[in-house]
Amino acid sequence: MRGVLFALLLVGLLAAVPLWAKTYDLYLLSLAAANVIAAVGLALLTGFTGQLSIGNAGFLAIGAYGAALIVKHLGVEFWVAIPLAGLLSGLTGFLLLIPALRLTAIYLAIATLAFGTAVSEALPRWASVTGGYQGMRVPPARFLGLNVQNDVAMFYLALAVTVVMVLLARNLIRSRVGRAFIAIRDKPAAAQACGVSLTRYKALAFFLSALFTGIAGGLYAHVVGYISPSEFGLGKSINLFVMIALGGMASLPGPVLGAVFLTYLPHWLSGIRGLQDVLYGAALIGIVVFMPYGAWGFVRKWTAPDKVARLPRPVRAAAEFVLGRTR
Amino acid sequence: MLGQLVVSGLAAGSLYGIMALGLILIYKTTHILNFGQGDMVMFATFIAYLLLTLFRWPFPAAVLGAMVAGALLGALVDRGVMRWARNAPVTSLFIATLGVGMILQAVAGWIWGYDTKPFPYALRGRPLFLGDVVLRQHDLLVLVVTVLISLVLFLLFKFTKVGVAMRATSQNRRAAQLMGINVGRIGTLSWALGLGIGALAGCLVAPIVYLDLTSMILVMIKAIAAAVLGGFTSLPGAVVGGLLLGVIENLFGGYMPSAIAPLKTTFVFVLIIVVLVLRPHGLLGERTAGGHG
Repeated sequence: MRGVLFALLLVGLLAAVPLWAKTYDLYLLSLAAANVIAAVGLALLTGFTGQLSIGNAGFLAIGAYGAALIVKHLGVEFWVAIPLAGLLSGLTGFLLLIPALRLTAIYLAIATLAFGTAVSEALPRWASVTGGYQGMRVPPARFLGLNVQNDVAMFYLALAVTVVMVLLARNLIRSRVGRAFIAIRDKPAAAQACGVSLTRYKALAFFLSALFTGIAGGLYAHVVGYISPSEFGLGKSINLFVMIALGGMASLPGPVLGAVFLTYLPHWLSGIRGLQDVLYGAALIGIVVFMPYGAWGFVRKWTAPDKVARLPRPVRAAAEFVLGRTR
Repeated sequence: MLGQLVVSGLAAGSLYGIMALGLILIYKTTHILNFGQGDMVMFATFIAYLLLTLFRWPFPAAVLGAMVAGALLGALVDRGVMRWARNAPVTSLFIATLGVGMILQAVAGWIWGYDTKPFPYALRGRPLFLGDVVLRQHDLLVLVVTVLISLVLFLLFKFTKVGVAMRATSQNRRAAQLMGINVGRIGTLSWALGLGIGALAGCLVAPIVYLDLTSMILVMIKAIAAAVLGGFTSLPGAVVGGLLLGVIENLFGGYMPSAIAPLKTTFVFVLIIVVLVLRPHGLLGERTAGGHG
């Protein structure tokens, strides 16, 4: 109940942002929204189902180019184009199922890497469709017959899509499907013995991850208005991975926090070239060494009941209220 | 036409092969896939560039310098980073190597700038003509170096104590440790050897792809592909995989209709996925390789 309240409060606050924010702030927030969906998509696959992927930028590219081409050639509305792009990407996700059924750990990572590279190498060379290295302009989104051309409208669309996708992910994780994912991650053999079909649920995980990432790609294309192949290379796949590793990949708040943080970081550090990479790198090493469950795991560890109980009384009361634990 | 495509494919493929050797040397003893290899090799190659341009060292000396620098870098990465994370699961260790790579890329940018640099060919003489096949002297050198490196590694693993210790560590870490092998030192040594060889590959590939902060990344990805083709745990497999990859890529580019010929890199990676599915242990790898890494 308290969680729902906090979520409503957060969405309400975000919805009020256009009242005072500048255009650029709204653009950044919309960008963050797209990244959040992509990070959640990767977390479903890597964090919850335990299938390592460093090729998800391939799905992002398929979603982005898919949405752009669908809008350009079919002229359909935003709410048709985005799910279609997601579906296109999701169906490609099934392709990766074939290696995923036979490979684990680092070998699967290599297969996904090969997929991502295959896509990012194909994009610039299939110039008649994708516009080659120069990239392509994305036609403005159409919504209820109107062209969405200002950032406020785009922001609300992005917010709406993100809320829907995050809610979807939340319900999914808490359902039978989510429990099957986690079982496959923790002990595939035991999961299978309990009647969880590895084939079916791995297929579902890849499909869902590709679907989420594809929708994120479609949203990204509309937010930025211009896409080119260089944005969807190995660097982007790693970027997505850093998001979930930093935030904590086996949770929902983790990827959300990670995605928002990594969207803003380049803009805070834009003054000094390279500093961002040093921080990313150091953060990655630090996470592997000190925080295997990411930032959210760290928060969870320090807000565990036994830790909270040792706090001084007034702080404890406040902490217990926020965390929703009352005695 | 066919002969030419095969020969230049072999030349390109040996470069993938040497690079893959470096990756596999590290992977075999430490079970870490070094995703930062591209950046680390880039850094070592920039050292060669520095020695060549600023200190005017002759080419062989500069390459040797880069190899030493690469080896030191490898040892440093192992002692300074990987050692601290040894309790983390193997699958998350590769994330740490990515982190090291990112830092190196930024540091290289600060030192050497962000623009692309030309890197000299080792040999710039007239190309050789074998019938209707043209062979650049550089390509010939690359082929010779590949053979030499393979021979040196073969002798190392067959006849030296260190080589045997490395093989023992890769086969069974705990048993090797019980036999008195200092497994940690062997790991450091593998990192040094892997990046020393990587630096050599970097210096030979740099004239072709030019030298900038990211030019080694695609080479590394192709080296990973070559390693997969060869079986990932087999050193001869890496060389064979590299050669095969180079030839396949060239033949695809040469014989496919011009509409899809530029997609040769995409084709290679789709092929890698197919190989992983059908033969996870590659051409020469051990049977267990594909399963539970």
